[in-house]
Formats: sequence, structure tokens, C-alpha cells
Amino acid sequence: MARKLMKGNEAIAAAAINAGCRHFFGYPITPQNEIPEYMSRELPKVGGVYLQAESEVAAINMVYGAAGAGARVLTSSSSPGISLMQEGISYIAGAELPCVLVNIMRAGPGLGGVQPAQADYFQATRGGGHGDYHVVVLAPANLQEAADLTQLAFDLADKYRNPVMVLADGMIGQLMEPVELSPYHPAAGLPPKDWATTGTAQSGGRRRIINSLYLYPDQLEQHIRAIFAKYAEIERTEVRYELHQCDDAEVVIVAYGTTSRIARSAIEKCRRLGLRVGLLRPITLYPFPFAAFPPVIERAKMFLVVEMSMGQMLDDVKIAVAGRKPISFYGRTGGIVPTPEEVVKQVQALLGGPGA
Amino acid sequence: MKTVYEKSPGLTDVPMHYCPGCTHGIIHKLVAESLAELGVLGRTVAVAPVGCAVFAYDYFNCDAQEAAHGRAPAVATGIKRVHPDNIVFTYQGDGDLASIGMAEIVHAAMRGENITVVFVNNAIYGMTGGQMAPTTLVGQPTTTSPLGRNRLGQGAPLRICEMLATIDATAYIARVSVHSIPRLNVAKRAIKKAFQLQVENKGFSLVEVLSTCPTNWGLSPVDSLRWVEQNMIPAYPLGVYKDIEGGT
Repeated sequence: MARKLMKGNEAIAAAAINAGCRHFFGYPITPQNEIPEYMSRELPKVGGVYLQAESEVAAINMVYGAAGAGARVLTSSSSPGISLMQEGISYIAGAELPCVLVNIMRAGPGLGGVQPAQADYFQATRGGGHGDYHVVVLAPANLQEAADLTQLAFDLADKYRNPVMVLADGMIGQLMEPVELSPYHPAAGLPPKDWATTGTAQSGGRRRIINSLYLYPDQLEQHIRAIFAKYAEIERTEVRYELHQCDDAEVVIVAYGTTSRIARSAIEKCRRLGLRVGLLRPITLYPFPFAAFPPVIERAKMFLVVEMSMGQMLDDVKIAVAGRKPISFYGRTGGIVPTPEEVVKQVQALLGGPGA
Repeated sequence: MKTVYEKSPGLTDVPMHYCPGCTHGIIHKLVAESLAELGVLGRTVAVAPVGCAVFAYDYFNCDAQEAAHGRAPAVATGIKRVHPDNIVFTYQGDGDLASIGMAEIVHAAMRGENITVVFVNNAIYGMTGGQMAPTTLVGQPTTTSPLGRNRLGQGAPLRICEMLATIDATAYIARVSVHSIPRLNVAKRAIKKAFQLQVENKGFSLVEVLSTCPTNWGLSPVDSLRWVEQNMIPAYPLGVYKDIEGGT
């Protein structure tokens, strides 16, 4: 397919269909409505099912049922709606079902606002619902990456039998960029879904049960340890990040998604002023790219974390840097997107004036 | 030797955990027999609730998914939309369906979702130890209405069949009881018909079964059956509330 100018939400939806997603369950919420609208228009054309649920609570449980039946299934929402889904996401992780979730973040807490934010980082990367589990979290910074990561999300979900979240914000969802969807091939070696409930006539009489209930603590602990063995493998093999101009950087900005784009523009301006600034951009937020930090810590004088929140990824950067270099934070929140100039000012202040 | 009775192939050999005198076991049997007689066991997927029937996935001899509290109709919807040829049913109690899961059941009915719902109403929360349900009778004492349910402030029984029968897209809505053999036979016919309609793609079917809870009612099994007849049926009249085929 040739490059096509698309809106972020549509690029994600188109990529999902390209990756073989044929079932979508969701509930309208701004600023992600182009995803369900696209799915309601396009899924029936490929023999798929779009269903508008009565709530996000129902939608995520429809996802549970469809995933348990073996489908490649997607839901999308925005922050308050994702909060409503947390119970179901916990069940999906507990029952080890593959599905893809898209969170086009808006500002919170509460009803908050509809402008872009990155304040759901904790909720996304720490599990979000009750119990011991993680959701794999992918954070695109441009629309081509949003499409590519959406396709990857389906493969990772199937590979590990775990929910995978594409975490973007209203800016990524709403802006337009050229996107190319290449013919999709599933990752090699994805396990067969022989656990899916399709009726015992399909399984030679073997009953398949989708469940997260283990009343005996020793069995539940064993189950959780098995899930965490998967997480250990994910942390070993699925970490993704980008280093940009870090080789000679005195200040390394750590930012993901929309703020990483702003950081990139700020770095260009800084470099023109003779300020040596680089970018460490996590692409997977869980697993967080801790391993990317040690060589950067060696060379950098300091770190600057930039987020559209009051500082959430900041905690992971503190863990990664482990006190070896100073860390500053610059955040805008409530739906305000920082400008590159604001970030340049932060760098100038850190390095002691223009052209320091 | 002539076989005069045998366990339905729709049930597994797992011993049930239900209390003595609880009618869940009978209702399981009626569901299992219906599925076996219709010849659909091998393509059936059960959705178990949260409540006393949480282990239903161990007892029905078919594939199953265990749902979060109240969400069984949404889970069933997801399964059915992926494999429309599967026979999908939920088995839910009154706390699960008529309280926390009210939105899911109403909207599954509204969509005419081609699933079957077996709704077991015993007017109390059983598994959690006898708390008040939306279906608890006025004046009935429970652990959270120790003086008896008060109409003012705690409300009066929620009648699910009457409510859902007003929804256009439903195919079959009936209330039955299993407190006597004749009633049990009527209940069996209703449950089997509900599944038959799903097989024929007629849309949403629900059978409400009045059930006992000797443990939390504080009654013997026999007195519990009598209590269903004398107290529950007046509050929950038996009958067919909706049948797109026009039968009663």
C-alpha cells in the first residue's frame, strides 16, 4: 500500500485490521472516536464485527469473551474509559488472554479535560487493576510507528497470552501524517490457540476453561509465578527504545510519545545554540528500557525528564539512573502541550545560560 | 439390566459443592439434559458467574469461561460474536444479574443477542453469606437487612422477566420454579425451548428459575421448597412473559 495521509486514530484502526483484527468492542469517548467510527465502517467489509457496547465495563468483558474464543480483538478508549476497564483487564491478564487495548490519553483526574496528556503512565505500566500483573505498553511517537506498534501489539499479545496496550495521547490520535501499511505477516512461531473455547467437538472432547479463579493460595501463587516468568522473558526480549544524539550529550532528555517529538525539536534548537543535548526515548514503557541507561549515564552530565504529567515516568528514570547523575523534571499537565522553547529554556537553565 | 435413570452426559463427574437442599444441582441437571437432548453439547460454551454457581465451569460438560461479577452477558456476547455457531449460555444468580450486572443483561436483551440466560433467583446473596439482594422479599430478614427488607429505603423485589419482556428484541422470557416435580417438568421444557430458539437463531432467551437457599434462609430443605411456593411465587408469578412464537 502506498503512503497515505491519515489521522492517528485511523492509522491505528487501519493497522489493526491489517494485522487480522476482526472484532472490536468499544464505547465512544473523546479524543479516540475515529477508532470505533473507522471500525464500524471498515470491519463489516472484511467479515468482521464492530459492536458498540453499553459501557467500557461491558466492552472490556466482551473483549474477554472474544479473546477467550480465540479472536484477534481490539478495544480503544481514553483515560476515564480505560479506568472503567481496569477490572476486566485484570481478569484478562489473570486468565492469560491475548488482546490489544488502545488508550488515547486525555487529561485527568476525574472527568478532567479532552486535551492531550500523559498522566496514565502509572496506571498503564503498574498493572492498573487489582492483583499481580502487567500489561505490555507500547508508546508511539509518530503515526507510522503507531501503525507498526499496533500490528506488533497483536503479535506480542498472541505470543505471551497477555493484554498489550498502545499508549498514545490526544495529540497522536488527532494529528495527520503519512502512513504506509505494508502487507502484514504474523510473527513466526506464534503458539496455536488450542486453549480457546470453540466447543469440545473441536478439541476431541477436551474441555477448555477460561478462568482466573484459584481458591487455593498455593495454586494461585504458582499461577502468578508462571505469569511472571513470562514477564521476565518479556523484560529480556521485548524492550524497545531509541537513542538520539546521546553520544556527546551533556543533557539527556528522557521523553516518550508526544513529548519526545517536542524534545526532538528542542534538541535541534539547542544544538544550534551549541548545547549538547540528546534524547532517550522509551518505546516500550513496560518493559521499561532500564538496560539503555548505563552507557548513557557514563557520558551524560544530567538527565531531564519531560512529560505531560506531574511526573510519572520520572519514577522509572530515577530507578534507572539510581542516583548516579542528577535528574530534573519538566512537566505540563491538564491538557497543556509544552513547546520546544519551554524545553530549551529548561536545558539552558540546567547548563547555565544560552550557549553555555 | 435395564437402565431406568442415568446422569446426563451434559454433566461432568465432579462432585458439586452446593449446600444440601439447594436447587442449583437440579437446575444444572435441567440445563445439561436440554443441551444433550438438542445434540449441541459439543458446540456449547457456558459462561459461569460470580456467586454460588462460580464453579459451574467444573460441572457442565462443555467449554466454559468464568466471567467477572455481573458481566456474563457481555462475555457471552464476545464469544457468540466470534463463533455464531456456538451455543452460548450464561448461568447467573440474582445478585450477579439483577444487581451488579443490570446494565449487561438489559443491553444483551436490547441487542437481541442470540444467547440463552439461565437466571437463578433465590432472593438472597448465597455465596457471601446471606446478604440482601434486589430480589429479596419485603420483610425478609437477611444479614444486611436484619429487621427484614423495608420497602421504604431498601425497596421491593425487582421483577426481571416483567422488565425484560418489554424489550422488543427479546425472543423468549419465562419464569419457572423447581419446588415440585410438575413444576420441574415445566421448567425443563422452558429451558430446552430457550436453547432451541438459540439454535434457530431467534435471539435472546432468558429463563428465570426460582430457587432455594436453605442455608441462608435458615430453613430445612423441605421447608425451603414450601417457602418458594408460599412466599416467592406470589412475588414472582410463574409463566411465559414473552414468546416470539406466540406460545405460552
